[in-house]
Amino acid sequence: MATTEEIRTDLAEIVNEVTGIPAADVQLEKSFSDDLDVDSLSMVEVVVAAEEKFDVRIPDDEVKNLRTVGDAVTYIEKAQAA
Amino acid sequence: MNRRRVVVTGMGTTSPVGGDVASTWEALVAGTSGVRRLPSDFYPDLPVQIAGSAAVDPAEVLDRVKARRMDRSTQLAMVAALEAWADSGLADGGVDPERLGVAVASGIGGVTTLLSNYDTLLDKGPRRVSPLAVPMLMPNAPAANIGLYVGAKAGVHTPVSACASGNEGVALAVDQIRLGRAEVMVAGGTEAAIHPLPMAAFAQMMALSKTASGPDDDPQAAQRVSRPWDTGRDGFVLGEGAGVLVLEEYEHATARGARIYAEILGTGITNDAHDIAQPDPEGRGGTRAIQRALEDGGISPGDIAHINAHATSTPQGDVAEGLMIHATLGKFADEVVVTSTKSMTGHLLGGAGALESIATVLAIHHRMSPPTINLDNLDPAVELDIPTTARALRSGDIAALNNSFGFGGANVAVAFGSI
Repeated sequence: MATTEEIRTDLAEIVNEVTGIPAADVQLEKSFSDDLDVDSLSMVEVVVAAEEKFDVRIPDDEVKNLRTVGDAVTYIEKAQAA
Repeated sequence: MNRRRVVVTGMGTTSPVGGDVASTWEALVAGTSGVRRLPSDFYPDLPVQIAGSAAVDPAEVLDRVKARRMDRSTQLAMVAALEAWADSGLADGGVDPERLGVAVASGIGGVTTLLSNYDTLLDKGPRRVSPLAVPMLMPNAPAANIGLYVGAKAGVHTPVSACASGNEGVALAVDQIRLGRAEVMVAGGTEAAIHPLPMAAFAQMMALSKTASGPDDDPQAAQRVSRPWDTGRDGFVLGEGAGVLVLEEYEHATARGARIYAEILGTGITNDAHDIAQPDPEGRGGTRAIQRALEDGGISPGDIAHINAHATSTPQGDVAEGLMIHATLGKFADEVVVTSTKSMTGHLLGGAGALESIATVLAIHHRMSPPTINLDNLDPAVELDIPTTARALRSGDIAALNNSFGFGGANVAVAFGSI
């Protein structure tokens, strides 16, 4: 089972690949749209890449609830545990 | 009121022979071919294994994050636009954004993005298709991205007329300035179609040369395949790249002390109304396009010192263009210095007319015609002065033509003049 920090690190790499934002800036409390400037299409790219990386399904309806990096990490942890 | 005059104040390109205008021009004047064998793993079953790939990979020039949101055709166009915009000196607020437009063409659009996403759909399902696929593959993506970069708030256009697209981009931009819709237009064309599917399709049309594509052909043989007007020609070689010109209303350019490369004197756009793919064998549509460009520019046949021909290295088209030049220039056809730079770059499809516009402008600017390489035996059906090494053009006021013809019967001629 991946730890919270391992998931955050992998997610940060995805965000960096998609948006160019330094991975070190992708911290749990950061908002995707307000702090990291991830636009809606980039967010879809991040979600799809995360689904592949973590082998989980993140429905479109859930994406709007993933406001911060921490929200996404928590969702992935729960989905992996399910 | 006198008609508004249009001049060229900036240029940029990335082509099979160079990553910018200076290196491309140097290679063209030197007679350097950009045609190479494709990597052995490109698609081994394809009957054509050569192409004029961009000399410099655009993804290595552009910001990584921006580049991955663009189809390769847009990447190439952006590289050319960055250079042209910097070259124009307009980047620091030199033009009102509402008086700034774009006309950047494409022949096929974001075809590699479309096809790679189709591969993804089949392999991994719809969930893996990129959310960026549509803004990447749409044919107006190159023009739209350039418009965003320069902040253009007048019209942002994408003329599509197959292999005449790039020249139509220039002609359409001239119209916008003449009609008073813009003071400055960023104009040109781009293409990135070196992919097995478009290559297989062009090969099936018998349009691409299959020479030097066998397993035993040496890599150097690829450079000899594009041979416009030579008796050994048997089809074109696919190239990729982009050309972008900054066109500006004359008074606007002189008021800011801009460097002016040349004036665009006249344009002519016609259609063959003959066949969807075959050119009119007598070149009547192209003849009318050249006539229109001459009339539009108030140009006498004797003013034309140079022609950058469409001549793609196909048996029919090259001969027809010779007929057009004789039909329009009469006795002066013997005095004009003609070139086909496609002998070096291959055929850039929607990018061709734009790259060749730049070559035509530079020929006037430097008074030098690039050569046509691989012309060992001139087709006896062609009576033109086609130098095989660079040739100086005469001094004094001169004009030059750039011709482009495309599937669908499209004919576009643009006449440039010294200034």
